[in-house]
Amino acid sequence: MTAPHTDLLIVGAGPAGMAAAVTACSHGLSVRVVDDQPAPGGQIWRAIETVASTPRLARLGQAYRAGADRARAFRSCGAVYEPQSELWQIEPGFRAFLTRDGQARSVTADAVILATGAQERPVPFPGWTLPGVLTVGAAQILLKTASTVPERPVWIAGCGPLPLLYMTQLLAAGGQIAGFLDTTPRGRASAALRHLPAGLRRAGELAKGLAWSLALRRAGIPIIRHVTDLRAEGDGRVERLRYRTEDGREGEVTAEVLLVHEGLVPSIHVPLALGCTVEWHPAQHCYVPLLDGWGETSQANLFVAGDGAGIGGAEAAEPRGRLAALRVATRLGKLDAVRAERAAKTERAALARALALRPFLDTLYGPRAQVFAPADETLVCRCEEVTAGALRARAVEGRPGPNQLKAFTRAGMGPCQGRQCGYTMAHIVAAAQNRKVEEVGFFRIRPPLKPVTLGELACLDQREPAA
Amino acid sequence: MFRKLHNPGSATVTIYIDGCAVTAEAGESIAAVMLRQPTGWSRTTSISQSPRAPYCMMGVCFECLVAVDGKGSLQGCLTPVRDGMRVTRQQGRRSLSA
Ligand code: FES
Repeated sequence: MTAPHTDLLIVGAGPAGMAAAVTACSHGLSVRVVDDQPAPGGQIWRAIETVASTPRLARLGQAYRAGADRARAFRSCGAVYEPQSELWQIEPGFRAFLTRDGQARSVTADAVILATGAQERPVPFPGWTLPGVLTVGAAQILLKTASTVPERPVWIAGCGPLPLLYMTQLLAAGGQIAGFLDTTPRGRASAALRHLPAGLRRAGELAKGLAWSLALRRAGIPIIRHVTDLRAEGDGRVERLRYRTEDGREGEVTAEVLLVHEGLVPSIHVPLALGCTVEWHPAQHCYVPLLDGWGETSQANLFVAGDGAGIGGAEAAEPRGRLAALRVATRLGKLDAVRAERAAKTERAALARALALRPFLDTLYGPRAQVFAPADETLVCRCEEVTAGALRARAVEGRPGPNQLKAFTRAGMGPCQGRQCGYTMAHIVAAAQNRKVEEVGFFRIRPPLKPVTLGELACLDQREPAA
Repeated sequence: MFRKLHNPGSATVTIYIDGCAVTAEAGESIAAVMLRQPTGWSRTTSISQSPRAPYCMMGVCFECLVAVDGKGSLQGCLTPVRDGMRVTRQQGRRSLSA
């Protein structure tokens, strides 16, 4: 058992967490990194250490390959690394409670960096709970970690860089695509263009996106544009899809697997549970923690780095991780403020560069209106099986907020704790009450952040009677 | 619904899903193996008994809850397979509430 106290606790071993660990260790801090995955890399570099030594690496592309060096640097930086450890509570001060292999324990630290990344924005539509509907991110994880692809030609619906990237990776791996239901609304491309001059600093990224689109066109994949409505049907699993486009064209196709993606949202459950102030990010349609120039939250010595700070991708996550680590080193007397500022300058320049294309992408791929206004019959809360119609009906009676509505309907009470229904519910409340979504607020999040069993708690008692 | 692209060779392990032996590759998740089974679903819900299958593969939807070696409910997408592991699909069971 490793010593339970370190200077710094980092939650998450993706790009931000690994970069923060390397920087913090280089300044002489003792560092513990906990992560729920079995290996470092986060979602973008999932299974990179295993895949790096196989021919499969080639088909996953350059950005994925870059993870191999990062994982190597992280492994040798001196941080205590605890994979497959799930964080379920942090108390101020800080004491963090973790579960690993069915055993709970607690560790302490003077500072915490949350590098817990993002999740895909939930896309509720009738039938989205049927087996056979997965997110594009899920399919990409299956490809990276299990070399597993849809058995038959797959339908993909949504928008953003991830579907394009996954489709090119899938084709390279020998998979087949039935068609792409592109949900980007009409007119977005021209609206996004005004952000292009600033985005040209990221010409490489733009070229990559264009190359993906061209490859798909060359492969002859049917693309149906401006899809607004989607429905999956079948008896116990997906058998067919229906869609409608902006100009009223309707279609029905047979399908076994449908992959959906409408962008990413930061993981905010931990900051919310810790009482960190969050603010609405209008361009990304989500909450982000309120952070200073180092990534420190409204709670002293608690930092957020990576996509959890706002969606920016791996190249923004790394400088954000290093900035937070520099600040922690200064706080704990390992680095003087002047040298920290100097180092921060480089990191902030890298961050600005990495974010230059964001306004363009946020405008082009912002979620279509229907994502937030699903048809009445749609299950909004997957866990407790509560429909949009039930929420709408209840939302007009006495103008409840999300937390009251949760108490009335059980939506948000299941094990995912609103990670799937939170934003949809907020939008339904806002629309029903004619309010702005940012005025409606979000679920109150309380520990445990993941379900914990009594058995797990019992082993905590034995080990730490004081805890 | 899904298929594996390569033969895992020496990394092959056997796990049991509801008593049926299936092969898997060391290191992959239970959820990945379940998605390759013809059955298609991995749990049914407690309210309407509807079938569900892994949806996010990254720990945020809890659709992949299974019992492992008699212990429920584990997230199958966060749990790597182990040789000889016994996985049970959860039917109509109210999953752990937070
Ligand atoms: S598949 Fe979503 S939590 Fe496991």
